[in-house]
Amino acid sequence: MVEAIRDAHIVTMERDERVVVFGQDVGYFGGVFRCTHGLQQRFGKDRCFDAPINESGIVGAAIGMAAYGLRPCVEIQFADYVYPAYDQIVSEAARLRHRSAGDFTAPITIRMPTGGGIFGGQTHSQSPEAIFTHVSGLTTVIPSNPYDAKGLLIASINDDDPVIFLEPKRLYNGPFDGHHERAIVPWSAHPLGEVPEGEYTVPLGVARIHRVGSEVTVLTYGTLVHVAEAAAAETGIDAEIIDLRSLVPLDVETIVESVRKTGRCVVAHEATLTSGFGAELCAIVQEHVLWSLEAPIARVTGWDTPYPHAHEWDYFPGPARVGAAMRATLAER
Amino acid sequence: MTEHTEDTGGQPLRLRIPEPIARPGDPPAFRDLLIDRAGEVRRPPIDVAPADIVDLGADMIRVLDIRGDAVGPWAGTLDADQLRLGLRDMLTVRAFDARMLRAHRQGNTSFYMQSLGEEAVSCAHRRALHPDDMCFPTYRQQGLLITSGYPLVNMINQIYSNSHDPLKGRQLPVMYSSKAHGFFSISGNLGTQFIQAVGWAMGSALSGDTRIASAWIGDGATAESDFHSAMVFASTYHAPVILNIVNNQWAISTFQGFARGDSATFATRGHGFGIASLRVDGNDYLAVHAVSAWAAERARANLGPTLIEWVTYRVGAHSTSDDPSAYRPKDEPSTWPLGDPVERLKNHLIRSGEWDDDRHQQCVAEIEATISAAAEEAERHGTLRSEHTSPASMFDDVFATMPDHLRRQREQAGF
Repeated sequence: MVEAIRDAHIVTMERDERVVVFGQDVGYFGGVFRCTHGLQQRFGKDRCFDAPINESGIVGAAIGMAAYGLRPCVEIQFADYVYPAYDQIVSEAARLRHRSAGDFTAPITIRMPTGGGIFGGQTHSQSPEAIFTHVSGLTTVIPSNPYDAKGLLIASINDDDPVIFLEPKRLYNGPFDGHHERAIVPWSAHPLGEVPEGEYTVPLGVARIHRVGSEVTVLTYGTLVHVAEAAAAETGIDAEIIDLRSLVPLDVETIVESVRKTGRCVVAHEATLTSGFGAELCAIVQEHVLWSLEAPIARVTGWDTPYPHAHEWDYFPGPARVGAAMRATLAER
Repeated sequence: MTEHTEDTGGQPLRLRIPEPIARPGDPPAFRDLLIDRAGEVRRPPIDVAPADIVDLGADMIRVLDIRGDAVGPWAGTLDADQLRLGLRDMLTVRAFDARMLRAHRQGNTSFYMQSLGEEAVSCAHRRALHPDDMCFPTYRQQGLLITSGYPLVNMINQIYSNSHDPLKGRQLPVMYSSKAHGFFSISGNLGTQFIQAVGWAMGSALSGDTRIASAWIGDGATAESDFHSAMVFASTYHAPVILNIVNNQWAISTFQGFARGDSATFATRGHGFGIASLRVDGNDYLAVHAVSAWAAERARANLGPTLIEWVTYRVGAHSTSDDPSAYRPKDEPSTWPLGDPVERLKNHLIRSGEWDDDRHQQCVAEIEATISAAAEEAERHGTLRSEHTSPASMFDDVFATMPDHLRRQREQAGF
């Protein structure tokens, strides 16, 4: 997935001189996760450069550049570090088009690694998507595989408004299914690891049915897509797994169709439970297909605690917990 | 309780909570204000090393002396026609403010912010820039917009949130936006625009353009982290930007001491970043223009950012929601040592034989007539109390293309 993200940069930077890339360690070194590796050497220091350790500065400067007419794609080293930039994102980037009635716009992409699973402790593991989906004017995207990562990132950079692009860091090097005790499987052994060369986009706001099934719908995104797949295999439950890919805008139609078909729904994400994006999903499902539901919607999420270091695997919602939630919804007959 | 060791002397620890010299009931006092005599501060070449002008961060550059003569090395950037134009700009801002305060009292708008006493800073600065340079203003730089020739009626339409409001009733009054006039959309947040201006300037330089940016912030908001973000980015990349601090002494009721303005000048903030930093009499139109032109020339010559502290005074209330008599002496504005920018420029022109009271009164009358006509035209398009843009438009411009969920909500709202 790292290569796919890097490739999306190359495709857009080659095609569009307005695309500039900057952030902490992204220039000469190519990023701590290597997603911008070689961009500076290939495109020069005017197109890809290092930034001071100042997230509000990175995003604030990107807004100014975008107002000038560029299309900055910036990296926040970890989603856990984005909070100093929150004001610039929420009060500025998200509202600039609206408050100026289209006089100024902020077509910027803000990439950041999200989620846990790498023993990152509380400051390298968080999943803050819900604090962005709550804000009008932001598009929030989260891929679960290399093919989508490249197509979604190109679509995000092409987009005329700010996009929060969350990269599940545990998926950078392989389709992690939650079985941390097992050997890492590389993307090269996975069908979604195959990434076409050149330009293509995955549209923002269109979900992907990761696994077709009939017994229960699992609404999820990012790392948990693969966890849900493992849970379905291990429980033998014929789950339909929806990879949302984009949280705002949200593909309500695909969600509704699936739940109408299965009559049961599990919502799964790594982020904390309370006011998490799962709450929004539950609300949408009951609003549209309450009378198709044969059981209460189950939610599987991270606990409402800070993300722990040593107890990471007790926190992470792995296949056992997702499987148990599927069973619970099926038990109601 | 733990025992105190001998080397701390056993003293309880305490903080300094800054306090202005004068509060309501006290005689106004500006004894801490460092003022140089006009013409005394040197004018270095634009390629001077910032480290060689650290004295200019503490001095005060002034051109107009007490008699009204233009003196010293910073004098002579403007001819008489340009000075008359500058006077007209400032008089327009002042009259516009007065008219809009009246409109507020009449209920035509919910809110207004005047710039009384600070007109020279934005009016003279704008004249020193090119028309296509981009300013990132605060809410008290209406002088930039008026000087750039933005139609007054558009401003009033915005203030009235009427059917012709260019911002469609979305923004608090005075939060204008006009890319065509080099005026970035005002946020209403404090300080966010300072780093954005640096980003705009970086974008211009990355694109090989020749346009520069001008960033604006008040003394109080220099305490915001975005101020420091701007300083570190501007100095790191040598961005072609002018960093303006308007020190008007008061941030609502908070005196400049809470941004450390009572301990050192704001201009000296630039020294740690290696940014050329100057402190200027902000009520001296000629000094503002000369220093702005100097800084713009530096930026255009790829010599990097310049930080300028404009020392001025907020004569009026912070906004129509504020009453300064609750926190500062009533007669403080009238005792401000740097005087009034309009009066000083007027006196200079009269002393130079380029102006007289009759022409002045005629000029003021013309301006007032122009503003009245603009206000009447705006009122025909409605005021806060009457005609607005369609509320359906609140769903527009959230995104370039309206997504389904907003379309659904617009329908729910009945549009």
